[in-house]
Amino acid sequence: MTTALAELDAVEVDYPRGPALGPFSLTVAAGEIVALVGPSGCGKSTAMRLLAGLEAPTRGAVHRASARGETAVVFQAPTLMPWASARANVALPLELAGMHGRTARAHADAALARVKLARVEAAKPAQLSGGMAMRVSLARAMVTDPKLLLLDEPFAALDEITRRALGEDVHGLWAASRAAIVFVTHNVEEACYMAGRVVVMTPGPGRLAGETVVEGPLPRPLGFRTTAVFREACEHVSANLARGMQGAAA
Amino acid sequence: MSRLAYQLAPAALIVILLAIWEAVCRLLAVPVFLLPAPSDIAVAAWQNAPMLIDAALNTLSMAILAFVLASAIAFAVALLISTHPLAERAVQPLAVGLQVTPIMAVAPLAVIWAGLDHPGRAVVGLAAIVAFFPIFSGALTGLKSADPDLERLFDLYGARPLDRLFRLRLPSAVPFILEGLKVAAGLALIGAVVAEFVARSGLSRGLAWRLMEASNRLETAKTFAALLVLVLMGVGLNALMQVGERAVLRWWRGR
Repeated sequence: MTTALAELDAVEVDYPRGPALGPFSLTVAAGEIVALVGPSGCGKSTAMRLLAGLEAPTRGAVHRASARGETAVVFQAPTLMPWASARANVALPLELAGMHGRTARAHADAALARVKLARVEAAKPAQLSGGMAMRVSLARAMVTDPKLLLLDEPFAALDEITRRALGEDVHGLWAASRAAIVFVTHNVEEACYMAGRVVVMTPGPGRLAGETVVEGPLPRPLGFRTTAVFREACEHVSANLARGMQGAAA
Repeated sequence: MSRLAYQLAPAALIVILLAIWEAVCRLLAVPVFLLPAPSDIAVAAWQNAPMLIDAALNTLSMAILAFVLASAIAFAVALLISTHPLAERAVQPLAVGLQVTPIMAVAPLAVIWAGLDHPGRAVVGLAAIVAFFPIFSGALTGLKSADPDLERLFDLYGARPLDRLFRLRLPSAVPFILEGLKVAAGLALIGAVVAEFVARSGLSRGLAWRLMEASNRLETAKTFAALLVLVLMGVGLNALMQVGERAVLRWWRGR
C-alpha cells in the first residue's frame, strides 16, 4: 500500500436523533478509487463529510494528509450557483483561494474543456441539461487539482446512459490527474465498474460489512462489464451487502 | 378558448359591470350625491384632472420616498442581523411588535414628532414603517436561503465572511428581495394614503386629502374620481414592479 491520503480511524458520529455512523475505519491511499456502498441511512454521506473535514467525529480520529483546496467534493445535485455562468461556477474555488479573476476564469475554461464543455462557458445552470450541470460540477471540483476527490452519489439523479458517460469522464479525469477518488453509490455494478476497491457498509449506524478488490485495469477497457472478473466482484459485493443486512436484522 | 378572449376577459368584465352600474343609476334615478353613474364620475375626473393629477403626484412622491427610505433601512438591518443568529433572535420580538402595531395608532405620534407644519414628513415616515417589513423579512429570509451544500462548498474552500456574503448569500437572496420590494411598493402607496387620512392636514395636499375633502362636501362623483386615480396608480405601480421583477429574475436565472 502506498501513502495514506486520508484515514478514518474507528470514527463514530452521533446526531441528536441517534448514532449515525460507526465505529468505522477507512484508509484512502493516494491515487486509488474506492467505492462506498451501503443502504440508505448507513452514514455514507457522513463518512464523506468527515473525509472532507466538513464535520468532526463524535469519537475516533480523522487523519487528512491533504491541505485546503486539495480535497474536492461533488454532491448528489450539481450544486451550482444559479445566477452564475458555468465559467464563474468553476472559477469559484480558485477565486475563493485568492486567485485573480481573469486567471481563475482562464483555468475554469480549461477545466470545462476537460469535461467536454468547451462551448457552454457562458451558459447559466438553468440552460444546461442534468448531465452537463454535473460535468460543470466535476470541472469545479477538478479545477484546484485536488489530491482527493469525494463523489457523493454524483450520478443518482441521472439516466443510465448519462451516468455511464459521466463514469467514463470521471475515469478520464482520474487517469489525467491520479487524484484519489472516494465514490459513494447505491449501485453495486456501478461501484465495481468505477472502483478498484469496494467497501460495503451495514445499515445505519454504518460499520464495515466487507471489502472487495476489483481486479483489472482502470480506466476500464471496453467490454469490462461482460468479464468474469466484473461479475465475480459484483457477486462478492452483493454477498457482503446481504450479510450486512442480515447482521443488522439479527 | 382563444388567446384574444383570454387577453380581453378582464376588460370585458369591467365594461359589463360599468354598463350595469350606469343602467341602474339611470333607471332608478339614484341621486348623484348617493351614487354617481360612471358617466358622472368620468365628467368629474375630466373637470378636476389638473388638481387630481397634482394630488396624485404628491402622494406618489411621498410613497416613493417612503419606499426608498424603507428599503435602505430594512436592507441595512437585515444585513447586520444576518451576520449573527443571536442578533436575529434579539431583534425578532421587536420587529414583530412593530409590525403588529396598527399604523393608525402610531400616526398621532408621528404627526407630533414631524411637527404640525410638516405633515408630509409624518406621511413619509408612516408609509416607510408599513413598507419596511416585506423588504426586511424578504432580505433576511433570502440571506439565509443559500443552498446548504453550497454553504458546505464555501466551508470546504475556506471562504472569508465577505466572500460568502457577496458571492453566495446576497445573490441567493435576490428572488426573495425582489418579492419583498414588490409587496413593499404597493404597501408604501397604501401607507401614504392611510397616513394622509390620519395626519388630517390639508398641508400634505395628497390624493387622500382631496378624497376626504370631496366626500365632506358631498361631491360624491369627485370622491369616486379621486378613488379611480388611486386605483389606477396602484395597478400601474404593481404592473411596473411585476415587469421589473420578471426582468431581473430572467437575468438572474439566465432564462
